[in-house]
Amino acid sequence: MRQQRLEAPSRSTRRLQRRDNMFPKGTKRKFSDSGEETVSSGEQGQAASSAAARTLSSSYSLQRQSLLDMSLIKLQLCHMLVEPNLCRSVLIANTVRQIQEEMTQDGTWQIMTQALAAAQCPSDRLVATEVLCRQTDVGAQAGQSPKPFSVVGLEEGYHSEEVVMEGDVETEVTMSTLSPVSPQLSSTPYLSGPFGMGPCWEEEEEDGECEEDEEEDSEECVSEGEEGDRDHLSTDSRTGEQVFGTFEIKHPAPPPDPALEELFSDVDPSYYDLDTVLTGMQSGPKMGPYDLLESLSSHGPTALSSSSSCRSDLNELDHIMEIIVGS
Amino acid sequence: MEEESDTRKINNSFLRDHNYATEADIISTVEFNSSGELLATGDKGGRVVVFQREQESKSQPQRRGEYNVYSTFQSHEPEFDYLKSLEIEEKINKIKWLPQQNAAYFLLSTNDKTVKLWKISERDKRPEGYNLKDDDGRIRDPTTITSLRVPVLQPMDLMVEATARRVFSNAHTYHINSISVNSDLQTFISTDDLRINLWNLEITDRSFNIVDIKPANMEELTEVITSAEFHPQHCHTFAYSSSKGSIRLCDMRQSALCDKHCKYFEEPEDPSTRSFFSEIISSISDVKFSHNGRYLMTRDYLTVKVWDLQMENKPLETYQVHDYLRGKLCSLYENDCIFDKFECVWNGSDSVIMTGSYNNFFRMFDRNTKRDVTLEASRENSKPRAILKPRKVCVGGKRRKDEISVDSLDFSKKILHTTWHPHENIIAVAATNNLYIFQDKVN
Repeated sequence: MRQQRLEAPSRSTRRLQRRDNMFPKGTKRKFSDSGEETVSSGEQGQAASSAAARTLSSSYSLQRQSLLDMSLIKLQLCHMLVEPNLCRSVLIANTVRQIQEEMTQDGTWQIMTQALAAAQCPSDRLVATEVLCRQTDVGAQAGQSPKPFSVVGLEEGYHSEEVVMEGDVETEVTMSTLSPVSPQLSSTPYLSGPFGMGPCWEEEEEDGECEEDEEEDSEECVSEGEEGDRDHLSTDSRTGEQVFGTFEIKHPAPPPDPALEELFSDVDPSYYDLDTVLTGMQSGPKMGPYDLLESLSSHGPTALSSSSSCRSDLNELDHIMEIIVGS
Repeated sequence: MEEESDTRKINNSFLRDHNYATEADIISTVEFNSSGELLATGDKGGRVVVFQREQESKSQPQRRGEYNVYSTFQSHEPEFDYLKSLEIEEKINKIKWLPQQNAAYFLLSTNDKTVKLWKISERDKRPEGYNLKDDDGRIRDPTTITSLRVPVLQPMDLMVEATARRVFSNAHTYHINSISVNSDLQTFISTDDLRINLWNLEITDRSFNIVDIKPANMEELTEVITSAEFHPQHCHTFAYSSSKGSIRLCDMRQSALCDKHCKYFEEPEDPSTRSFFSEIISSISDVKFSHNGRYLMTRDYLTVKVWDLQMENKPLETYQVHDYLRGKLCSLYENDCIFDKFECVWNGSDSVIMTGSYNNFFRMFDRNTKRDVTLEASRENSKPRAILKPRKVCVGGKRRKDEISVDSLDFSKKILHTTWHPHENIIAVAATNNLYIFQDKVN
């Protein structure tokens, strides 16, 4: 059990560190710095053909991704508390929804989930941001060419399985058993694969009050999913829904491990730079992606493209959350 | 306001040594009573400390009205809910005084789950010379009683007693964030994240749920109640604020369950400043009616707003508390400061409002002159009876002398709780484990 709890933070820390590598500490990345944008778009100039890919390459979407990751970690930590601060949890969950909506709008969400579906290797999933930003070309066509990730993943043979095995009955910090993915999974189209959800979780569910959305989604996707995969896939939906389901009073979970606090003491100074972008302080012609996002006005529910894509996105969200916070 | 603040003096500061300060010593609420004679603080350790203002003495005019400890008692203890296996913190979330009706004082204190009514009374005499019991209170042997005596009251050292008179429990599933005593003096409301309950001060085993925003499916929960208060004069009206930045005014005469508000105050979002943090920073942390009942004041993360009850579509006035943080929201989100719940208060005449900030700074806004001032509550920078100097945070460009740059602000020193004397310019400011009391210069 202890090991289980240690697992999440150490990985997340790894994520943060990797991001550090991308943004060296102390580097100021102001929007007014003309260099940044041109350089990044130059690097990927050829590959970035679609609008979505362009968004991906921008620092805005990187930072949005970081914010998403941060929020998901926060939600997961909330979830470990017996009685989380409800106001805080709700505000964070709303932030995640907002980011998800926006990413759905500009197509980033799909690309990310595709890339992640392709990359069945947990260690790669952890660095979703990196995958996305470094391999935008791959990501843009993801689904067709998942190879670079899946190969690595299978070879590495991630060991989170053992952790799961020794997990006790604690329902809060459910660890996913996703890691030993069957090879055929990585080659199946992403929607029919990891996002299909079996009915198993319904039986396990104790507080069945709050999962209606997922239930619908799962039913929709089950038809596509493979029978054999259901067992472990069902765990996906649980973890995802847990993140949003932080609001019920919980049974006691052990207090967060010190290692978890370490995670947050390890403050990444690059967030100071995020401020500039994410708080909408900047203005002017420099901020292309932001303008784009604004014009999309992704906040209203009407902005969602279609209900079907929305549904699959919800599944994807579950999956992403599971990837980032759990397993 | 600036002149006024220049002349403000530190009258008294009640300090518990920094070095020995524990988590339990952190002050979690501070409240003057309706006459201003008493000041109560509650802390994370569940204690309530009541201060009383000293009588003025002609021989020492500079000592006018200092506040001294009057009574200290343990209001709440840590508890364990065996049914839910939950620990219930003893931290005092709010204290509200009842208007004084006799020689005794009454206050309500609440932690996350339970509200208690405390009576604070003085005793400086004790009866002596009973017939049936001796001075120690033991019953005397009736055969030894040979004559009748008249008991007499003898003066003794002043004793202040605090006794729990009522315990209002088992009505909240979520955390109580505020309580408010009604102007009818018979009822009060207690508010948690999703519900508001109405109590009679005399009845502890029953409360009425008057607002419930809990969705059938908690997955759909996107909004919580952050604070609620009764109108100061109209006993049927109360207001509550939400995490989405809106305020609802409800009339209890309309229906038993106030699901439908009668007024809804909300400012349309400014698209030019929209960001991922828009909703979080618009979440209202405190709502207060003005003393005259005409206005509502709300505090969100970056601003404090005054609303006219007759105008629902936008605030009458908006004051920037620390706008220089607008560019730092991401880091404040990361370190969770963005979820800090700052409170706000009116002065006695509703002409000045006050609220807290970081780095032990607090802000005052004069509604008439539109002037504002930043002051600091710190032991290092202020000695007893010293005059407070206005502070300035420099935003961009060159930092002038006496200015502090945004990057050097200490975000662990936050002033969340303040209170203003109901009639005079005396304020109490809680800075972590220290309570500062400032007042106008005595002349």
